[in-house]
Amino acid sequence: MALSGIQIYKLLPQTNCKECGFPTCLAFAMKLAAKQVELSACPYVSEESKKQLAESASPPIRLVTLKAGTEVKAGNEVVMFRHEKTFYNKPGLFVRVKASDGGIAAKVAAADKYTVNYVGMDFTIDGFAVAADGGDFAAAVKAVRGASKRPLILIGDAATLPAGLEACSGETPLIYAADGSNWEAMADLAVKYKAALAVKGESLDELADLTQKIQAKGVEDMVLDPSAGSGQGLGGWLALSTQIRRLALKANFRPLGYPVIAFPGDAGDPAKESVYAAQAISKYAGFVVLDTFTPELAYALLVLRENIYTDPQKPIQVQPGVYEINNPTADAPALVTTNFSITYFSVANEVEGSGLPAWLVVTDAEGMSVLTAWAAGKFDAERIAKAVKEFDVASKVNKKRIVLPGHVAVLSGELEEELPDWEIRVGPREAVDLPAFMKQAL
Amino acid sequence: MPIEIPKDKWPGSVRKVTIGATAAEGGTRAKTVTVGGQTTLPYMQFEAPTPHTPVVAIEIKSRKPEDWSLLLAETWGEAMGDPAQWAKKAEEAGADLLVLALTLEDTPDDAVKAVKSVLGATGLPLVVWGPGQAEKDNELLVPVAEATKGEKIVLGLCEDKNYRTIVATAMANDHLVQARTPMDVNLSKQLNILISDMGLPAERILMDPTTGALGYGMEYGFSVMERLRLAALQGDAMTQLPMIVTPGFEAWKAKESKVGEGVPEAWGDWAARAIHWETVTATALVESGADIVVLRHPESVKRVKEAIAELMVTA
Repeated sequence: MALSGIQIYKLLPQTNCKECGFPTCLAFAMKLAAKQVELSACPYVSEESKKQLAESASPPIRLVTLKAGTEVKAGNEVVMFRHEKTFYNKPGLFVRVKASDGGIAAKVAAADKYTVNYVGMDFTIDGFAVAADGGDFAAAVKAVRGASKRPLILIGDAATLPAGLEACSGETPLIYAADGSNWEAMADLAVKYKAALAVKGESLDELADLTQKIQAKGVEDMVLDPSAGSGQGLGGWLALSTQIRRLALKANFRPLGYPVIAFPGDAGDPAKESVYAAQAISKYAGFVVLDTFTPELAYALLVLRENIYTDPQKPIQVQPGVYEINNPTADAPALVTTNFSITYFSVANEVEGSGLPAWLVVTDAEGMSVLTAWAAGKFDAERIAKAVKEFDVASKVNKKRIVLPGHVAVLSGELEEELPDWEIRVGPREAVDLPAFMKQAL
Repeated sequence: MPIEIPKDKWPGSVRKVTIGATAAEGGTRAKTVTVGGQTTLPYMQFEAPTPHTPVVAIEIKSRKPEDWSLLLAETWGEAMGDPAQWAKKAEEAGADLLVLALTLEDTPDDAVKAVKSVLGATGLPLVVWGPGQAEKDNELLVPVAEATKGEKIVLGLCEDKNYRTIVATAMANDHLVQARTPMDVNLSKQLNILISDMGLPAERILMDPTTGALGYGMEYGFSVMERLRLAALQGDAMTQLPMIVTPGFEAWKAKESKVGEGVPEAWGDWAARAIHWETVTATALVESGADIVVLRHPESVKRVKEAIAELMVTA
């Protein structure tokens, strides 16, 4: 929990020596609270105060970073609901393979090279989990490494894990998992191999007890697995995941201030796995480990993750302007839409897919979709007319004719007044119907 | 020392709304569906039990839809040409209630006939949607409401452009309304106020804040629902209504579900993807507070119902 300027002031020497560059200790405290200066500027602050201030400055949910050829980060979240600010670090999506499985290299290679494009962004999965379930664990880790450079989660016990950890030395993997019976040995491994450590407990009390004991052994980066005990099933898991987040954010309860890991594949059925994963992504998981990798499931989950972790204050916008689709000539029609990225991509994809050439006039609607923008007064006749004039659409087309989205048919009258020498046509309500409309009506 | 779990204590609660009427209550339904009544955020069973299980509705149409995905056409088959048969199949697929969507081609007589045939075919409570053009909605929904007086049907979609006629006929014929607004907390409140001001009791209003499909603005619907539910619990009376949303309609109009050809290879298997699209959209919305989700595919219905059942388990 961040301290106020006054709280910080009480921890300072209060001598107003000015050596920090500020006239008084209070002024310095205020700057510290606003995170505009570093505490090290004060030469006289006590060790005890330093410790307290450092603690207050650390995030309520620790940032845990797994590293290999790429990185994945979880934690550092500050709100319960995305509309309160935003969710920051997208949960890492991992695919689990087992040492006893045949064909690890092929399975990993397929998932590793998977890339899907969504509104102009390329998404991939983030890493792999390797389970030591018998068989040659070191060989399994090497097989994964041969096919992917992404971070790893190594699943096993204190006896089996070292072979795997040796096989990926120099990286920062996550070790899974310490529990009440093995935590000392697991903590030793985490320290020795500089790995993050997952902790599993039957209850939050047990989890908190374990993280404190493990921290005392020198492990800082931990990840919580609440899926034992009452955490089984969607309802139990949701309750525990929510409680952990609340304790960290609202009560500043350090022993549970770590990201959470989910194993949707443990539901034991690919249909359920997709639903479990959807809940984990929506409700606070920092790492999600799948057993099923299929392109269609990965695509759905990656898009869900992007949606939930999009900053609600900043809708993804495209630059207003006139976009060329399928190399339009002066005979091609001019279609109007808004600059909300999803709206733009829906329209652009449909027209592109149809092979029909068109000029797409993207109006500045402050990044809102057609209906939302219209309701908010950001997509009206005036704005559309302004875009048509500003982007000089008239110079691009032979026929002065523009097509409005069907949802705003109501604007056609006003638009005729704004653009008197233009023909205003009302198109379909949904982008998916555009190709048919363009073939038949234009 | 045991950890003290932070529990929210809210001054407000969501109203209970009952859809459908049995013979004893003046209708013909075999059962009714009650939603709402929550005193805490969705499925926080450690704070208070969820009094009524959120439910799944299946959307059917008065005539065979020509623009639905082939996958849906294959699943429902011949039944799509006959609302009564379709309703029966939807009941078998696990629907808790049905949504019958009327079309622009329907005459008032067609609409009444379709609604009556569905009521005759199943004992499930019913939601009836007009085709979505204000004049046509009024033309079809008024005779439907009159012909089914006392059934406690939900009439929709009741929007700011057409709410007066629909609310008036709901009041006169003992029905409910589905109040739809475009993904905005204040617009939702405003429409609920307008409807209440006409005299329809809040216990007969379902709020539909609109959603987008996964990848098509779902996050807006998700956050608007979370905010509406928070407002309800904080005591804002005009948001204390159960929420109905239409992930089926939205997901199946997304290209991801609708078409199997000419799409990127990374999208994977069409049939599996379409079910994921509908299920993942619906799951996220259930987590954010939906009381009724309207779906289209039986497999999605099965998955979402199982998910809700698991969420209802108290630890």
